Amino acid sequence: MATPAIPLSTRLSARGLDGVTLLVLPAAIVLIALFVYPFGYGLWLSFRPKDGTLLGNYGKFFADPFLYDTIYTTLALAVPVTLMNLFLAVPVAFRVRLMRHQRLLTTILVLPITLGTVLVAEGMLNYFGPQGWFVRALTSTGLFNVSQIKLVHNYWGVFLSLLITGFPFTFLLTLSYVTGIDPGLEQAAATLGARAAERFRHIFLPLLVPGLAITFCLSFVQAYSVFPSAVLLGAPAGPTRVISIAAYQAAFEEYDYSMASAIAMIMGAVQLVVVVAVLAARNLFYRGPAAGAKG
Amino acid sequence: MTAVSLPSASAATTGPSALRSVGSRLWIIAVWTTVIFFIINLLGIIAAVVTSSFATRWLRSWLPSGYTTRWYVSAWEEFQLHDVLLVTFQIVGAVVMLSGLLGVPAAYAMARREFPGKKALMLLFLLPLLVPPVTFGIPLATVLYQSGVGGTMAGVILANLVPTVPFVILVMIPFIEQIDPRVEAAARVFGAGTFKMFIYVLLPLLMPGILASLLLVLVRTIAMFELTFLTAGPTSQTLVVALYYAVFAAGVRAVQSIDAMAVVYMVTTLIWLVIALRFVNPTQMVTRAKRQPAH
Repeated sequence: MATPAIPLSTRLSARGLDGVTLLVLPAAIVLIALFVYPFGYGLWLSFRPKDGTLLGNYGKFFADPFLYDTIYTTLALAVPVTLMNLFLAVPVAFRVRLMRHQRLLTTILVLPITLGTVLVAEGMLNYFGPQGWFVRALTSTGLFNVSQIKLVHNYWGVFLSLLITGFPFTFLLTLSYVTGIDPGLEQAAATLGARAAERFRHIFLPLLVPGLAITFCLSFVQAYSVFPSAVLLGAPAGPTRVISIAAYQAAFEEYDYSMASAIAMIMGAVQLVVVVAVLAARNLFYRGPAAGAKG
Repeated sequence: MTAVSLPSASAATTGPSALRSVGSRLWIIAVWTTVIFFIINLLGIIAAVVTSSFATRWLRSWLPSGYTTRWYVSAWEEFQLHDVLLVTFQIVGAVVMLSGLLGVPAAYAMARREFPGKKALMLLFLLPLLVPPVTFGIPLATVLYQSGVGGTMAGVILANLVPTVPFVILVMIPFIEQIDPRVEAAARVFGAGTFKMFIYVLLPLLMPGILASLLLVLVRTIAMFELTFLTAGPTSQTLVVALYYAVFAAGVRAVQSIDAMAVVYMVTTLIWLVIALRFVNPTQMVTRAKRQPAH
């Protein structure tokens, strides 16, 4: 009781709370109001369906193949595309890491990310369309005829669009992980006589697995929420009726916000399950510094 | 223009021997062929849009039968591009200003102070960047529509702040951390309060970082389709949403007219991208959040 009264402000600032710390508040409040609250509200709303039961929306979703099939449809697009992006990105990143002038290449690859899926979709409708340059080039080789190749308004249209916008994203992420590995480790292995394939298998791969797992997660989550290209380049009524289309239709065509929130929550849950599974699998591998031991 | 300089000089540093096996040569050729094939198709997609927008008639041939600029005039009138561009720049300008005002002070507090709950706040700032816009956009749109700002320009601005404020914070934190705190201490010694120190000391030092992050916000907001699409009404559509509706209703209007609009969108985005690239490395546009979630 006899302790001299330290002013509250001094005690708070000793814990790191002072006027400067308060600067974080406006941004935090905005994000709580616009991100956390809507998520919580959406979750709450999804348990308040039109029919009054608690689980009505979820019951309806998992009873109707037109709705629950969208989970598989979207997975069937997102998983192969993400894996393909990753398998392409790793070898390319390993070559590009040796390049001295990476900037031109990275600038070209940033284009589809910047321009966005809508513009890429419009371009692809031209380019991969039945009269487009790509199909024209293929048929001029004489190996195909036009009726054999159909690259838009089906699964492959969406697949290609996810490849074109997703590969640069996956590649640039992978490149940043690959260049973060100390080249000294590879040189040490090379000194001991390991060939390129062995160096990749025994040195780089274990160091890269954590980064590749993160890259997979980020790319997968993007691909799983594909929306504009599934509508514009796919067959939104059938083979590419992805889960975001179902959520959109519930919200803006049937005006059933409760159902739309439920679908959005299911979409988030599927993404979360895959991400958690991948990150859990990552723990089975080495996790540690990718830089040299000597500082 | 493939413009990928083959790394013949720097590649020599990888192997212990200058003698490369036929297999590794073939592998290198295969990797570069993939990259070049990807870039050719990417540039083809963009070139197809540009060519089509200037075409008089383009059916069943490699190139159009003639060239004209009249589609730009008709697109300007048909799609009311004057209004759409005005709305786009109002929304983007507001988003850039607000995310700067909210994000930079918050980043300063995050960079300079250790306080209880900092990890939770970091998660709050990371999640909106990791969760795809469609997933949180539907509950967010529901909340905005129920509170009456859905479908208005204010609603679109609020929705777009969700990813941009965290983006500014995460880009700015390393910038602020590299400023010597003694500079601030000196300002304090001379009697500057937090506000004066911000205006006269920090702001000039941070200008390159602020400029870079806000330019990236600008590019991202112009191209942000999902959130704007979900929250915009007829009078608050940005260019990319208007483009989506035009492509969606393809067949109502001439393809060339839609492509002319796509070129207007592309030019609007690319001007800012070129300016932004003077300040930032292209890989930064993707990898801004990679360090934090890695472990």
